[in-house]
Amino acid sequence: MTWFTRRLRRLAPQLAALAIILGIISLIAPGFLTISVQNGRLYGSLIDILVRAAPVALLTVGMTLVIATRGIDLSIGAVIAICGAVAATLITDGYPLPVVIAVSLGVGIVCGLWNGILVAVLDIQPIIATLILMVAGRGIAQLITEGVILTFNDDTFAALGSGALAGIPIPIYLWVGTALIIGLLMRRTALGFLIEATGINRRAASLAGVRARFLLFSAYAISGLCAAIAGMIVTADIRGADANNAGLWLELDAILAVVVGGTSLNGGRFSITASLIGALIIQSINTGILVSGFPPEFNLIIKAGIIIVVLTLQSPAIITLFGFIKASRRSDKLNHGTKEATR
Amino acid sequence: MSAPHALLEARGIGKSFFGISALEDVDFTLEQGEIHALLGENGAGKSTLIKILTGVYRRDRGTIYLEGNEVSPDDVAAAQALGIGTVYQEVNLLENLTVAENLFLGRQPRRFGMIDRHTMRDRSKALLARYGLDIDVDALLSSYSVAIRQIIAIARAVDLSGKVLVLDEPTASLDANEVKGLFTVLRQLREEGVGIVIITHFLDQVYEIANRVTVLRNGRLVGSRAISELPRLDLISMMLGRELQHITRDHQAEPETIDDRGAPSIQFQNYGKKGSVAPFDLDIRPGEVVGIAGLLGSGRSETAFLLFGIDRADSGTATIDGEQVNITSPEAAIVNRFGFCPEERKTDGIVGDLSVADNIVLALQARRGWMRPISSSAKRELADSFIKSLDIRPADRERPIKFLSGGNQQKAILARWLVTEPRLLILDEPTRGIDIGAHAEILKMIERLCSEGMSLIVISSELEELTAVAHRVIVLSDRRHVAELSGRQLTTDGIIRAIAGTGETEAA
Repeated sequence: MTWFTRRLRRLAPQLAALAIILGIISLIAPGFLTISVQNGRLYGSLIDILVRAAPVALLTVGMTLVIATRGIDLSIGAVIAICGAVAATLITDGYPLPVVIAVSLGVGIVCGLWNGILVAVLDIQPIIATLILMVAGRGIAQLITEGVILTFNDDTFAALGSGALAGIPIPIYLWVGTALIIGLLMRRTALGFLIEATGINRRAASLAGVRARFLLFSAYAISGLCAAIAGMIVTADIRGADANNAGLWLELDAILAVVVGGTSLNGGRFSITASLIGALIIQSINTGILVSGFPPEFNLIIKAGIIIVVLTLQSPAIITLFGFIKASRRSDKLNHGTKEATR
Repeated sequence: MSAPHALLEARGIGKSFFGISALEDVDFTLEQGEIHALLGENGAGKSTLIKILTGVYRRDRGTIYLEGNEVSPDDVAAAQALGIGTVYQEVNLLENLTVAENLFLGRQPRRFGMIDRHTMRDRSKALLARYGLDIDVDALLSSYSVAIRQIIAIARAVDLSGKVLVLDEPTASLDANEVKGLFTVLRQLREEGVGIVIITHFLDQVYEIANRVTVLRNGRLVGSRAISELPRLDLISMMLGRELQHITRDHQAEPETIDDRGAPSIQFQNYGKKGSVAPFDLDIRPGEVVGIAGLLGSGRSETAFLLFGIDRADSGTATIDGEQVNITSPEAAIVNRFGFCPEERKTDGIVGDLSVADNIVLALQARRGWMRPISSSAKRELADSFIKSLDIRPADRERPIKFLSGGNQQKAILARWLVTEPRLLILDEPTRGIDIGAHAEILKMIERLCSEGMSLIVISSELEELTAVAHRVIVLSDRRHVAELSGRQLTTDGIIRAIAGTGETEAA
């Protein structure tokens, strides 16, 4: 039970923020919270949020690990484009679905390992190292699609983006499943612990025998893998690979989700669950603005405004301020009490 | 100008950080036209004293007089305005500005509100000419060597302040010729009446240039003497503690029993690395405590780095139980059941945000690999048993280790290695910055560990500590193993003589 309460306390700010945002949207847009079943499939804005959140949520899982090692991965938006292009090309060439999926995932992992080499072996700063693939990646994707938007017509692959299983859309299975597997991998093995130690103090961890390089490699490889899954969902959803726009700026949403989730950019203690709630907050804002009927040109401004509020509430300055108010109230009570006593 | 007052005088200076005393009741007097060396081992309080005199830290106690008037510099700018200038180890100038801009930063000559580059250039030229430096003052600072940057920094500090010049390790990255050039400048400033405080760990240089030395040790004043009446041997014993005297130890009667422990289990032969430590031989028997002594910069920590695989040896072999092993990384050392408690606890030891329990199991978990996690119940048990046996306080395994005191952090790092049951544990300054109680406990524990058959290498600048715990002491000087003392030779006196021995032959 103490474990549960500790978890709840850790996640409380993110859960509260999500609840408040959903509450506000439901006030503005009636019917926002209703979920209906049509043709054996769940429909509704909430379901839509869970489906649309899939790419960012997947990126967020990998990004959380990379940030925990005190790094950052700017390349994952471009990796979405690369893996999407690879998948679309293989589909149009008539390869069977398992091959398409395996090769796309493999390409994602290779992209991650490339970043791993730059960061762990060559000791390049992560922001620069991953910037290389961020820029080059879209070029690579364009070469693969030969500069066109490569469309295909394969219903089984398209189901990854728009299909449903037992009434629940498949993208939800994909991101929840990936997050569960990686979350368990981190906490049931010692990977999570060792990644945290490396992120907090790489030198001290290395001197204690922690293989920091291997851990950096695995974090970036997992990040690439998550981007590959996201790339297939995005490609399957629109039945085509758009090298220029697939996953564009999504890495920034993922970084934001991790920050909203409360994992420090200085590395160290991380929570995949909190980051995922952060991703849901971002997607709720996106969907909420859409269903609220605001003119779309306000979208980005409103999103930025809400995120400033969320981050301000989490900022150390505000937390100290609240602590100060609490403490001064307590001392007021105390003073009051002593006055009573002296009377 | 020969006033009855000293140029700079500090009385009864005290300072503590988070309840741990860094300086206690220290006096310091600097005369006009004097080069005054401030000496001491790491953690002796040299930097703290300098930072108090130059306004970086606020003192807790004591008074400072400048030319007889009480002063209280609140920050660096105030100290500069009073006449106290500092040049730090990493030269505190801006590389991306020109030499002239660096010299006049924040006080550029102006004309009609614009920076008057002509005047600035001419004045810079004139200023540097005093130091025999004729360089292009419009070139970027980064285009000049460290030695020239240092003289530029000195020129700026003297021009700004002019009474007292403080130099922190000015020769650390200079070659012999550059040091000579720097000393010429310093002598000239001395002639002009500037009082110079210099921190250095090169004793030859102290004897070459200083008039007077003040020695600090563990935050206290050991003494202040004129260099002309202070033999090198006395200076070293001031720095390392203890007047020359024979101390009888319990170990003295037992050298035979040590040899009885049989053949060495760990042997390093001709082990060394260019530019770090000259090749040495080292044999370690089970249950033996080998001490390593030497002054700061003599290669003490570098020896530990070699043995633990942090630095790669470029010569020699390592043998364990008769089998040759390659120790090319800390991981390799740990596989061979070595452990290492580093000197820099904060940067190299603790993982601050993790709990005490996590810090204790870190090395064991690293050795098991990520696929074999230590269960949380096993972790709890290990942590609790070591928190109890080492008396780590507060006894809360979930508390982030950064909130513990230095002594308790050190005990947790020791526990980290003890859970791995090492055959050889290397302790680099295990009692540095630790309160007296924890100090004694750690020494007691060292004795207990070796009685259980673990071998220990203890590096320390506390000679009493070494003579008390070590069966043998290896003495380093100038990055060489120069002597090995055991049995009756093993006294603080003997160690000091061994350190000084080479120093004097080199000076001669």
